Amino acid sequence: MTETLPLILATILTAATPLMIAALGEHVVERAGVINLGVEGMMIVGAASGFAVAVLADSSPLGLLAGLLAGLGLAVAFGLAVVVFATNQVATGLALTILGLGLAGLVGQGFVGQPRAAMAPLAIPLLAEIPVVGPALFTGDPVFFLSLGLVALVAFVLSRTRLGLLLRAAGENQDSAHALGLPVMRLRFAAILFGGAMAGLAGAYLSLIYTRFWSPGMSAGRGWIALALVVFAGGKVWRLVFGAYLFGGITVAQLHAQAGAIGLPSQLLSALPYVMTIAALLALSLGGRKGQGAAGSLGQPFVPER
Amino acid sequence: MTPLFVLTPRPFVSPLRRVLTPVCALAAALAIGGVIVALLGRSPAAAFRVFLVEPLTDPWAAQEVLLKATPLVLIATGLLFCFRASRWNIGAEGQFLVGGLCGGGIAILTHGMTGAWILPAMMLAGACGGLAYAALPALLRVRFGISEILTSLMLVYVADLLLDYLVRGPWRDPKGFNFPQSVAFSDAALLHPLLEGGRLHAGMILALAAALAAALVFRRTLFGFAIAASGEAPRAANFAGFNEGRITILVFLISGALAGLAGVIEVAGQVGQLRPGFGQGLGFTAIIVAFLGRLSPLGAVLAALVIAVLLIGAESAQVSLKLPLDLARFFMGLLLICILLGESLERYRIRFRRAEKERPA
Amino acid sequence: MVRISTRLAAFALALGLSGAAGAQEKLKVGFIYVGPVGDFGWSYQHDQGRKAIEAAFPGKVETSFIESVPEADSERAIEQLARTGHKLIFTTSFGYMEPTLKVAKKYPNVMFEHATGYKRDRNVATYSAKFHEGRYIIGKIAGRMTKTNTIGYVGAVPIPEVIAGINAFYLGAKSVNPDVKIKITWVNEWFNPGKESDAAKALMDQGADIITQHTDSPAPLQQAAARGKFAFGQASDMTRFAEKHILTSIIDDWAPYYVERTRAVLEGKWQSQDVFDGLAKGKVKMGPYVNMPDDVKRLAEETEKAIIAGTADPFLCPVVAQDGRTIECKGGNRLSDEQVVGMNYFVQGIEGTIPK
Repeated sequence: MTETLPLILATILTAATPLMIAALGEHVVERAGVINLGVEGMMIVGAASGFAVAVLADSSPLGLLAGLLAGLGLAVAFGLAVVVFATNQVATGLALTILGLGLAGLVGQGFVGQPRAAMAPLAIPLLAEIPVVGPALFTGDPVFFLSLGLVALVAFVLSRTRLGLLLRAAGENQDSAHALGLPVMRLRFAAILFGGAMAGLAGAYLSLIYTRFWSPGMSAGRGWIALALVVFAGGKVWRLVFGAYLFGGITVAQLHAQAGAIGLPSQLLSALPYVMTIAALLALSLGGRKGQGAAGSLGQPFVPER
Repeated sequence: MTPLFVLTPRPFVSPLRRVLTPVCALAAALAIGGVIVALLGRSPAAAFRVFLVEPLTDPWAAQEVLLKATPLVLIATGLLFCFRASRWNIGAEGQFLVGGLCGGGIAILTHGMTGAWILPAMMLAGACGGLAYAALPALLRVRFGISEILTSLMLVYVADLLLDYLVRGPWRDPKGFNFPQSVAFSDAALLHPLLEGGRLHAGMILALAAALAAALVFRRTLFGFAIAASGEAPRAANFAGFNEGRITILVFLISGALAGLAGVIEVAGQVGQLRPGFGQGLGFTAIIVAFLGRLSPLGAVLAALVIAVLLIGAESAQVSLKLPLDLARFFMGLLLICILLGESLERYRIRFRRAEKERPA
Repeated sequence: MVRISTRLAAFALALGLSGAAGAQEKLKVGFIYVGPVGDFGWSYQHDQGRKAIEAAFPGKVETSFIESVPEADSERAIEQLARTGHKLIFTTSFGYMEPTLKVAKKYPNVMFEHATGYKRDRNVATYSAKFHEGRYIIGKIAGRMTKTNTIGYVGAVPIPEVIAGINAFYLGAKSVNPDVKIKITWVNEWFNPGKESDAAKALMDQGADIITQHTDSPAPLQQAAARGKFAFGQASDMTRFAEKHILTSIIDDWAPYYVERTRAVLEGKWQSQDVFDGLAKGKVKMGPYVNMPDDVKRLAEETEKAIIAGTADPFLCPVVAQDGRTIECKGGNRLSDEQVVGMNYFVQGIEGTIPK
């Protein structure tokens, strides 16, 4: 057991990392008062572009960067539409997903069926030597460590810095934020760019680290799960991390339950991650931890009076 | 650094502008799409004809467009109730599936029987199923304050797996070589084509009736007003005597019932049996239909037709122009964004900023 | 009677074609795919078959395809091909069965070929491949190669084809290693690389040292290789995804069949039929046997030869089901094709239940 436990933990972390990164980006976007349903589209374009560049340049780090930039690129389009031209956010996001699925297919066309070598794992000196926990938590792919850093950074910026305060103010009540002289539109645009970059990075993680090849549709709905995790977080970054690992953990646990032949229908086991996410939210709510809910101005287009 | 321009609401939108903006949006999308098609070495004119003209002028294709639009109109009409009230039902797909399951269940139970009551019973069961499945997220929100966005979305996956379980297990066709599918429905459980040789069935009439009824509710009834009020300002609506919780539950029930009805119509009209994956993502597509139609029932009908034309055009383009589906999807996303931009420019005027330094008041 | 009318129809068609010889009208062949052509699995392999047709009859045929067609909404796509002059249409997923039959009734002069189904008509033929023959061979390889006596099997969805594959694999493994155990996880999807790779990891964590899969992506193979375990390729030769850890691949090769049926239409000899064949006709092929000791390689090659010769078969009688009942032997000394096509039980020795 001490041999396999770190492996199981590592499996869970790999499954949860892309969800967490994409959700973290969307979390910031929604705190700024914008909802972007295009996460799935930005993610798949990130996966395709990341893989394409990694192959062409023969460098996975460059691929990750390219995925991030591709997500950022789509986010620019989204930001122009919803922030500058005040289009409907829900519809624009959904359109972005459709566009992204198509674009990813076009970008990835020439790269179907090509393999890619694994990135060397990072091991944190000393800590990686700790039994069980060490190999699982302190040895891993570089993006996993990056994701932890990003979580800390986002949590810090949102709750402890002036920028975070301004961002949340723009999301909570756009009109009073504007009245106070805050650059609501610029704050939102910046948040959207961050969200796009994270979704793109999460996508590149799929095609370069999680499973190392490109295939259309490989995001397989993970962008939607990321959106659900943002709701699960209820405005708190720690809940987002908890939600991502819970979802990843149950996904992996149910596969173990199946392999152990415990005799329950596999469909029931496959449904567990979804049901348990609802149950966890119910438990949090019954325990008096309702979360903050969505930002006050979420989804409303902002057009300054003057 | 001040923005280059600001938007200001137009006090009055002329009818000409209303007509011209979608046309301009279409033209813009076509221009971009045409350049891409030309770069791929195909004729943009042919692409335009295949993609947008033929689905409307060819009688066969036009029927198929109406057929494809039917479930979209029904689901989107239901979603309008939720979205107008700012309740975010993202799980219409799940309600659609459960509706199809309940209606299909009646068809399987009555297999081999005849009777004019079977089809109405299926529709009733489907609507009730969708309604019950939508009640879950509504109740969880009202009672426990759990976001309906998350619950309704998660329940889609659960419904999908439930369908999978049923057609592999209890409802599997005993003569179907153990493939995951139910028996083929009997004649009495099928929605038959209206015209000889075509596939269009009475579902379209139901869908239009639902859209019309919704339009009346929104315009003429207190309930319609309550929904709008609740969507604009929930607290104010509460003061005005509209119970927030009750509205949440009602809009979800209506939306679920219509999605469920659409599910039955799909299995009884198109598929003719229960099988995994009969949802095809229609419940998600309907969300964009609702918003593209600017949350109005008539708009939803038009938007559903636009989407159906594009979906069918994408198939024709693959056959006659050998254009990849991905390109069609890209174009579809582009067109939708152009339409949304156009809508914005219809409502707002662009005022370019001069050198003057404006400080927000 | 049915036969004759089929021939007449095909003959009439051939006349029509040759009648337009001056204009050299091409035969249009259409395909409906359930996934994107770039899935590098099921649909990709069918598309390779389509390309083989174009290569085999240069200037004489024109092919088209519609990809990612949902099974529940496929009737329109199939009719789209039929009404645009396609005279031979391949519908390449089980779920296209009823829609194919419906459209075929409306277009009696168009020939349809439906993959993996069981309902035919005078202008609807069915075809499928005995992938379980390949699974029997890789079962033998796995049985010999495993050190932990535990083999992991990543299943897509519990349809008879997948069940028969699991049984054939297990019977192959047990025939060379009576102590072997297989552990099965269902992804409940055909294609979800992330989940497939998680499933493979879970199986290895539970002691499996060989991984096999009946899902579409190379993810399980890649994950096995990453942990130094052995695995097999699916649908195409996947050697490049794990050069040091692949044992062989089971390859779907539809090209010979598609070329043959196209030729039949061109020559006016097409008629409705049901074809269920495998290694012998080259519809199922084995990749190179690599990364294994010579005696295992020899065993694999001999098994392959014996299956082609008809002397070996995964389901030679007696076949005993999980619950202990002996399956009636309807195909002489082996199970009949119908029995294999509709298989819904595990054979004795497999733990776990089939999801119902």
